[in-house]
Amino acid sequence: MTLFGYRVPMMASLIVWCILWELVGQSGAMFLVPPLSSVLAAAVTMVQTQTWQAAALITLHSFVVGMAFAIVVGVTLGVLMGRFKAVDDLFGIWVNIFVSAPLSALVPVLMILFGMGETTVVVTVFLFAVWIIVLDTRAGIRHVPNSLIEMGRSYGASTFALYSKIVLLAALPEILAGIRLGLVRGVKGVVIGQLLVSIIGYGELFELYSRSFDMENFWALTIILFAAAMLMSAAIEHIEKKVDYYAGVR
Amino acid sequence: MTMSDAVFNIEKDVPADAVVEVRGICKKYGEVEALRNIDLDFPRGKLTTLLGPSGCGKTTLLKIIAGLIEPSAGEVRVNGRPVTGPGPERAFVFQDFALMPWATVMRNVAFGLELKGMGKAERQSIAAKYIAEVGLSGFEDKYPHELSGGMRQRVGLARAFAVNAEVLLLDEPFSAVDEQNRRKFQEDLLRLVEKERKTFIFVTHSIEEAVYVSDRIVLLSRRPGRVSQIIEPKIDRTASPDAIRRDQGYLDTVEEIWQGLKHYVD
Repeated sequence: MTLFGYRVPMMASLIVWCILWELVGQSGAMFLVPPLSSVLAAAVTMVQTQTWQAAALITLHSFVVGMAFAIVVGVTLGVLMGRFKAVDDLFGIWVNIFVSAPLSALVPVLMILFGMGETTVVVTVFLFAVWIIVLDTRAGIRHVPNSLIEMGRSYGASTFALYSKIVLLAALPEILAGIRLGLVRGVKGVVIGQLLVSIIGYGELFELYSRSFDMENFWALTIILFAAAMLMSAAIEHIEKKVDYYAGVR
Repeated sequence: MTMSDAVFNIEKDVPADAVVEVRGICKKYGEVEALRNIDLDFPRGKLTTLLGPSGCGKTTLLKIIAGLIEPSAGEVRVNGRPVTGPGPERAFVFQDFALMPWATVMRNVAFGLELKGMGKAERQSIAAKYIAEVGLSGFEDKYPHELSGGMRQRVGLARAFAVNAEVLLLDEPFSAVDEQNRRKFQEDLLRLVEKERKTFIFVTHSIEEAVYVSDRIVLLSRRPGRVSQIIEPKIDRTASPDAIRRDQGYLDTVEEIWQGLKHYVD
């Protein structure tokens, strides 16, 4: 981008917003918005505390377990729905309902089913992430050219080889896109799960800081979470681009 | 080779040594009748073309022979054994190449052998031989999207040769290749037919292409597809490609087929 003939570096817009935040914070106009510099200072102190580290670990654990289930179940169901009409008819309506449903409303029900502990959070992450992975995988499988499958069959591929060497690889760009979107939703899921169950991990900290109007720490927590979500999403996007290079041209 | 020649000589009264026998094949898609009662023999070591107007079911018939599509009735036999699915004695070349975009030329060509469980070194040395055979030496590590359409189909052809099948099934292999490359490719194909001594079954909608490359041309009628005529072009194959294309026999055969097909086209 160029502005008045000068080349503006890529992250410039971010810097503009950071400066704006700092100015609003310094003016003291809103107590909800402390200066960015003090938020960052709070973040540095916070990540060194035992409380934060324990919370981050619990959160990460719930997230990873929930996502692992979501990816395995999502990809499997997506492949089955993409390949077999009966499975598609059976699950299609539910997947489409759940992908757009306000799942937060379900978390209290999950709490009754799975208790107040980590299980509920894992299930929440799973439910937030899995549907988009199913839909994207299904779309990817549908786009696998029929001739590639015929090629595999005519050269004697076993069912296992057909899926592992051809179908899954051909659908990989869409599957990865689904996983990337699933990750972002999973981050939402883990925080909402912990907030509503409200006794563990990041959710507990959020609750604590917002109740006591400790805005520096509240924003520090938020920034760290956003940064983590964006980094994960960017990492998957990076892999996606590499895969697109090979598989996108088809 | 000498074995089958010997057998052939003894049983002189058997009309031809047919590798592929098609008996009473019918195919219906719901109400639509694609093929009706097809009886055909495909002689060993010859290139037979299935030619006909679009929608005559020639690709369907080829895929039935490949074992990729189940016929509604009838039977295909390869070397006397009924076809129940794809088999190692048949290899298929696809109209849209069907290359794996994430795999190199080398891996694509060796893929049939990889599926058979052959070791990497062995299959790559075989693949390298056929990559050279189709004129793609030096492109082993390229990906399909880095190749032109004609080169991609050469990869598809090399893959089919690499598995050393007796029968090669080619489904309009040149239809997605531009005209100049197609001519060159047809000449190369003739050279490979001569060299590899395999049985080729070739599907095309181009009359010139059919006459140029075929030993035998099977004309199929429009839907429901039936065998309407079998033509054996009498062309001197030893002549240069350009001489063949100006040969009176070549031109007459093209004209004869066109007269036969003309009434299907409106």
